[in-house]
Amino acid sequence: MAQRPPDTDLLFKALADPSRRKLLDLLHAHDGRTLNELCEHLDMTRQGVAQHLEVLEAANLIAPVRRGREKLHFLNPVPLQEIYERWIAKFEKPRLKALADLKRRMENNHG
Amino acid sequence: MARSTFVYVTYIRTTPQKLWSVLTTDVDFMKQYWFGVHCQSEWTAGSSWKMLSANGQILDAGEIVEADPPRRLVIRWQHQMRPELKAEGDSLCTMELEPSEGAVRLSITHSIEREPSKLIEAVSGGWPKILSNLKSLLETGSIALQEPYPKKA
Repeated sequence: MAQRPPDTDLLFKALADPSRRKLLDLLHAHDGRTLNELCEHLDMTRQGVAQHLEVLEAANLIAPVRRGREKLHFLNPVPLQEIYERWIAKFEKPRLKALADLKRRMENNHG
Repeated sequence: MARSTFVYVTYIRTTPQKLWSVLTTDVDFMKQYWFGVHCQSEWTAGSSWKMLSANGQILDAGEIVEADPPRRLVIRWQHQMRPELKAEGDSLCTMELEPSEGAVRLSITHSIEREPSKLIEAVSGGWPKILSNLKSLLETGSIALQEPYPKKA
């Protein structure tokens, strides 16, 4: 099952759709679900849900696991962690530094 | 289904051999992406396995169930530090490495025969960070989560 390594465009495209975000939320609440189980929660044809799952899989946001005849879908948070590190963690650093500076100043006042 | 499972997948631009070595025997490399933690084992089926913190405490212990380098590694894994996690008993961690167009697809499946599981909840916060650090270190030579404070300009 060779697959091209997903890039950031695929990832953000996959996230830019409310139905796909709902699928991720459903898997976050309860991981390892089949297509049928996911269909129960969306007002959409089975084919439509399957297509959304394909987009999420291509972006590596979902990891499918075959168990017997069933295909179970697991939420894969690794690409989201990469978004966090690239887009959020680095913007947090100045605030962390401000807090550390504050702590040092307060502690020095007592020292 | 009384089982808790988490599956993590990442694509890393490296070779299966290199990836296998940094997941097993290359302790210095492991400490860099695993926040100071490293594992000790002979890495053959039946040999014991343990994970040690930077100050030498045993965090998790178990044994190697399967080792097929550089493709598949299965570890029987029991947490040792927190009593409520240790009480849950053995979990199973499977690592699979699969070449994929100039990269390697690394999938980690961690499961335990109980639902819900505090252990799986605990490890699920750590794995994505460890894996994205591992990916960054292999691809760029530096980790993603570096020092918490930036240098002053």
